[in-house]
Amino acid sequence: MTANGWIQILFFFGAIALCAKPLGVFLHRVMEGERHFLAGPLGWLERLVYRLGGVSGEEQSWRAYAGGMLAFSAFTLLVTYLIQRLQHVLPFNPQGLGAVEAGSAFNTAASFTTNTNWQGYVGEATMSYLSQMAGLAWHNFISAAAGIAIATALARGLTRKGDGSRWGTIGNFWVDLTRATVYVLLPLCLVIALLFVSQGMIQNLAPYQEVATLEGGKQVIAMGPVASQEAIKQLGTNGGGFFNANAAHPFENPNALTNFLSMFLIFLIPGALTCTFGRMAKDPKQGWALFGAMSLLFLVGAGVTYWAEADGNPILAGLPVSQPIGNMEGKESRFGVANSALYATVTTDASCGAVNSMHDSFTPLGGLVPLFNIQLGEVVFGGVGAGLYGILVMAILSVFIAGLMVGRTPEYLGKKIETREVKLAMLYALVFPLVILAFTAWASVAPYGLSSRNNEGPHGLSEILYAFTSATGNNGSAFAGISANTPFYNTALGLAMLMGRFWMIVPVLAIAGALSGKKAAPPGLGTLPTGGPLFVVLLIGVTVIVGALTFFPALALGPIVEHFLAQAGKVL
Amino acid sequence: MSEIKIALRMTIVTLVLTGLVYPLATTALAQVMFPRGAGGSLVHGGDGRVVGSELIGQPFASPRYFQPRPSAAGSGYDASASSGSNLGPTSKKLRDRIVADVERLRKENPQAAGPIPSDLVTASASGLDPHLSPAAALWQVPRVAAARGASADEVRGLVESRIEPRFLGFLGEPTVNVLLLNLDLDRRFGRRMAAD
Amino acid sequence: MAHPQAVSIFHGPLMRQAALDSVKKLSPRLMVRNPVMFVVEVGSVLTTLLWLRDLLAPAAGSAAWFSGAVTLWLWFTVLFANFAEALAEGRGKAQAAALRGLRKETMARKLVDGREVATPASDLRKDDVVVVEAGQLIPGDGEVIEGIASVDESAITGESAPVIRESGGDRSAVTGGTKVLSDRLVIRIGVNPGESFLDRMIGLVEGARRQKTPNEIALHVLLCGMTIIFLIACVTLVPFGIYSGLRISVTVIVALLVCLIPTTIGGLLSAIGIAGMDRLIRHNIIPMSGRAVEAAGDVDTILLDKTGTITLGNRMASELVPAPGVTAEALAEAAQLASLADETPEGRSVVVLAKEKFGLRGRDLAHVPATFVPFTAQTRMSGADLDGRSIRKGAADAIHKHVSALGGVMPIEVEQHVTRIAQSGGTPLAVSEGARVLGVIHLKDTVKGGLKERFDKFRSMGLRTVMITGDNPLTAAAIAAEAGVDDFLAQATPEDKLRLIRNEQGKGKLVAMTGDGTNDAPALAQADVAIAMNTGTQAAKEAGNMVDLDSNPTKLLEVVEVGKQLLMTRGCLTTFSIANDVAKYFAIIPALFLAVFPEIAPLDIMRLASPESAILSAVIFNALVIVALIPLALRGVRYRPLGAAALLRRSLLVFGLGGVVAPFVGIKAIDVVLAGLGLT
Repeated sequence: MTANGWIQILFFFGAIALCAKPLGVFLHRVMEGERHFLAGPLGWLERLVYRLGGVSGEEQSWRAYAGGMLAFSAFTLLVTYLIQRLQHVLPFNPQGLGAVEAGSAFNTAASFTTNTNWQGYVGEATMSYLSQMAGLAWHNFISAAAGIAIATALARGLTRKGDGSRWGTIGNFWVDLTRATVYVLLPLCLVIALLFVSQGMIQNLAPYQEVATLEGGKQVIAMGPVASQEAIKQLGTNGGGFFNANAAHPFENPNALTNFLSMFLIFLIPGALTCTFGRMAKDPKQGWALFGAMSLLFLVGAGVTYWAEADGNPILAGLPVSQPIGNMEGKESRFGVANSALYATVTTDASCGAVNSMHDSFTPLGGLVPLFNIQLGEVVFGGVGAGLYGILVMAILSVFIAGLMVGRTPEYLGKKIETREVKLAMLYALVFPLVILAFTAWASVAPYGLSSRNNEGPHGLSEILYAFTSATGNNGSAFAGISANTPFYNTALGLAMLMGRFWMIVPVLAIAGALSGKKAAPPGLGTLPTGGPLFVVLLIGVTVIVGALTFFPALALGPIVEHFLAQAGKVL
Repeated sequence: MSEIKIALRMTIVTLVLTGLVYPLATTALAQVMFPRGAGGSLVHGGDGRVVGSELIGQPFASPRYFQPRPSAAGSGYDASASSGSNLGPTSKKLRDRIVADVERLRKENPQAAGPIPSDLVTASASGLDPHLSPAAALWQVPRVAAARGASADEVRGLVESRIEPRFLGFLGEPTVNVLLLNLDLDRRFGRRMAAD
Repeated sequence: MAHPQAVSIFHGPLMRQAALDSVKKLSPRLMVRNPVMFVVEVGSVLTTLLWLRDLLAPAAGSAAWFSGAVTLWLWFTVLFANFAEALAEGRGKAQAAALRGLRKETMARKLVDGREVATPASDLRKDDVVVVEAGQLIPGDGEVIEGIASVDESAITGESAPVIRESGGDRSAVTGGTKVLSDRLVIRIGVNPGESFLDRMIGLVEGARRQKTPNEIALHVLLCGMTIIFLIACVTLVPFGIYSGLRISVTVIVALLVCLIPTTIGGLLSAIGIAGMDRLIRHNIIPMSGRAVEAAGDVDTILLDKTGTITLGNRMASELVPAPGVTAEALAEAAQLASLADETPEGRSVVVLAKEKFGLRGRDLAHVPATFVPFTAQTRMSGADLDGRSIRKGAADAIHKHVSALGGVMPIEVEQHVTRIAQSGGTPLAVSEGARVLGVIHLKDTVKGGLKERFDKFRSMGLRTVMITGDNPLTAAAIAAEAGVDDFLAQATPEDKLRLIRNEQGKGKLVAMTGDGTNDAPALAQADVAIAMNTGTQAAKEAGNMVDLDSNPTKLLEVVEVGKQLLMTRGCLTTFSIANDVAKYFAIIPALFLAVFPEIAPLDIMRLASPESAILSAVIFNALVIVALIPLALRGVRYRPLGAAALLRRSLLVFGLGGVVAPFVGIKAIDVVLAGLGLT
């Protein structure tokens, strides 16, 4: 590790911490329909969307909210599937790429609908420009906006003054979706995309460029509208790359500045949403406590990954090779180990899944951190919106366990956490172990599961585990050696993504509805304080222990065993 | 209006707004404001032909050129099939590949000083890495100088002038762009040697 | 159950009975009520079958001694949990048996159309009317509709002094099984057979009608969820093992699963609940539902009646302040005369004060040729007329009105004294003779000792105390300050009380109160935790959700403590249970994988003797920890009057960190013992 490496990590974190409040306040104004500086210049667009969409904007019950969200997701999934299947007859296809194969098209449609953006395909060899723009980048916007909407709905449920009714209202899905898109995602993306282009990220609709190389060979250079997709891919924590190599590709991430901006965009909205939550709770400390817990988990993860990668690969021991710059297999020279480790941590803390290095080639512990980050539920800043509602569910569970210890019925922000909420929170918590472990177990003994591995032994198990973890966590990054474009993986991973998204969102919205109606008790000396360091420690403890207890056996046979094998100099 | 109907209409509205209007508007603006970057930062050779992109690595096998890192993109530096090797840290395949590369590099660079910098034997993430670490470029200087019949100092000078420092002095890593460096070589020493 | 003694937890006969019951409770129909332990039972059956297979058809790699030992300890795990529950129930049963003794079959004298018909008490229905005379047992719960009598309620309350029961008013409720000592009562029966207070009490203490409380259900949901998570984690370990070339036997998987699922809290949860109820019952408070006990822990605001709770039941005359031109003796004499017939404690205290201070002997009522004027709500005065003298005592404004009507005036000095006394928290009583005001009696409230500290304690727990009093605001403020309550409601009517409760609840707070009168019933019904005094009316008892057999309003504080303790014990043991899993993983997983991957030896930090020993030690630890924690579960975690943050820090340290460390030590110790005995 170098001092410069740490300076980059801390500089990055400082930038996120600085922007949390201003953007958080802005998001609060936008989502709650208060006055803000973009209401004037862009208000017409919001109103136009409502008129065209037929949105009246009345308060919805959680059922109506969830119903709208599910119907919308179903339609958009279908449209993306159709665009891929019909891309050979649609415009913006200068390479004349054929229709995407059905299994892959389903997998990809599920992937982008669920904000996973897992790439089972090779972008530059499969997707026409129309599929990229209208099929995929479109989903980058709406799945992110839906995430913000759902997080806001849960925050409303927690912070609204209830009237004591059994179920309360939680806002309007269409309004939330539109506001997040029109005022936050679109304007920011337009600016960032142009900034990216200025740094060398491509943005064109030209056919692939064929060049004669210096040594006289032929090189076909893939082209496309990359920057516009890249901006929303990072800002919306989508992570689905234009190219197969994702943000490692020089056209998708040309230099250190675009790399920094990419990471910054991934954490920008999730970090700010904690502050938005604090504003909604009328107690900024509530937001900062979440931010604090996330920050600690992030810094520890980044530190461990950086340390593991900077140490280099033990496989080189005994060879006349020097690796002062760390384990460079699967990493780009311009980013080096520090930025690759940081990027890997950021992209898996959040549910982004963009990669600027190949996690599959990380050292065992370096690869363990991204994997475990996702298994924690992507609550370390997390996906846009998904991170906030994820950590809030963890907070509800923490409050329930710890709240009992202070001798009161547990309450969060004054709202009692009772059987209904615990039931829903446990439904949420069950999805990860059920989907990830069951599918991984299946694939790890089935011939069609094993044949897709790129590596043997424990690392091969890690590849399968990572695939299902990433899919269920809606992350999208991969131990990319796995050949996931097979009927089994396309189907199983597609299902895992859908379960990981909707089986979790529906309980979240139900919790929002259940809490929204509840009256809030004012905080007193006898109530568990949820805005201080003690709660931060508690929240981290519960999150880590729940994740570790669930996945320790699987992790032990994957990266942990591999670590000791690597230390012993074994190769498989 | 029922939620289903709204969902259908909103599907179309958002598709047009964010899936078409936004990327096409960005493309138009980018083409006007930053045509070079938007078009792929293409590089022209001495004869004015496009020889590649500044950002996309190319294969170089000749001892007269600086050689880039191993590539797992297609059959190597296939710019329409970006990919890393995705070999794990305990992979025998990886170890074998590295051992083979080490042997080859040793043979090709008999005068090279010190151990081989690791980026010369590790595949990049994209398979299109246009860069080398300064150490990896400098390590190849004796071979390139010998092949070009030039002095090592002269070649080293070229390399050093091509070292791109960290952005703002701390972001990223110092690098050497292999294609641009090799273009410099051709420019200084001629594209083809008489002996060829 | 006259003041049930705290039965020692490990009382011999109770233990024997509990041991027996814990076997009976193995019935799957009972076990399924507790899903966590049910999973253990199913696992035990499974390993038993595997053990039998190992015995009958020994296969390579599965030693019968090992599957036998694991099986044995799995069964112990289930039995220990059952034992905890049986032990908790046992104590209740012992108390219920004592109560049941009261339900002797008595013949009641039922009035049918004015004639008495002998009817077995157990046949009495609601609204039947019975007659009870001195020496007879009251046949059922009801209300006195005619007569006044002294009743021995010691069987229910443990209080040996007889109480007065009379028709109308707040002392009309009688309880079946109590004995009339004097006079005759006509009682309207208020309940149908099997629904009497005694029946309900027996049911409650026996736990027969015990239903899971809301919070208990929520915790159960959490525990079930965790059980499912671990079930998935353990079952999927089999294919992961196959992938890695590791054959993991079903016995090992079951053992690992049982170690990981929260058996500690799962096994003790119902014992904790029963013991919580039991603790209240030992305080002589009968909760009508477990829900009420839980709610007690959540109470934010406590309404305390001033009289009896904050002050000693009665005000005492402490000073006689004569009006100008009146001697102290004259005032004392008049005050004594006016109070002779006043049987209230206040009245008696005036007589006593006059005697002590001025040597005026208390004259015998019978020998004073006086006509006594009783207190009425209209005049708000009482007094005596004798020898042409008309002496009155009463509230200052009442006397003021009285003398004014007779053409007299209230001297300004007297007015000043009245104000001074009121401000000091006392109650001024003016005394007049004819149209002349003689002076003022200072009745002083005596605040009970130790209350201030107690209220301070509650304040630090975040509880707010509000004193309810009929006194004027000045008096109320002074007493509130002296007692150290946070707030007071003066000149409170029952409606004010109800409004106050609704107000607090509107702010999301939970309110606790005590009450005895019929006019308390609406407030009792509205309050979240409402303790009715056993001496109170049937209406009050019906409206409340707890009954205090001792009729001691200060016990509200104990109730809150018990409620908090109940929730804390659950939370602490849950935390402990989950924290234990960390060490269990470290004990079992590396030991299990070492066979295939010897390289992971550095991870095997516990260095247990063998994989079999590791698993067996973890299982044994897991079973023994249930036994070790039974006393804590039954006694409850000690409650400390600290703020929530301090409490949480403490509990996290003890049960969280302790829960992580304890099994490392325990499992290692068991492993050493097993190895030492040559068993593994």
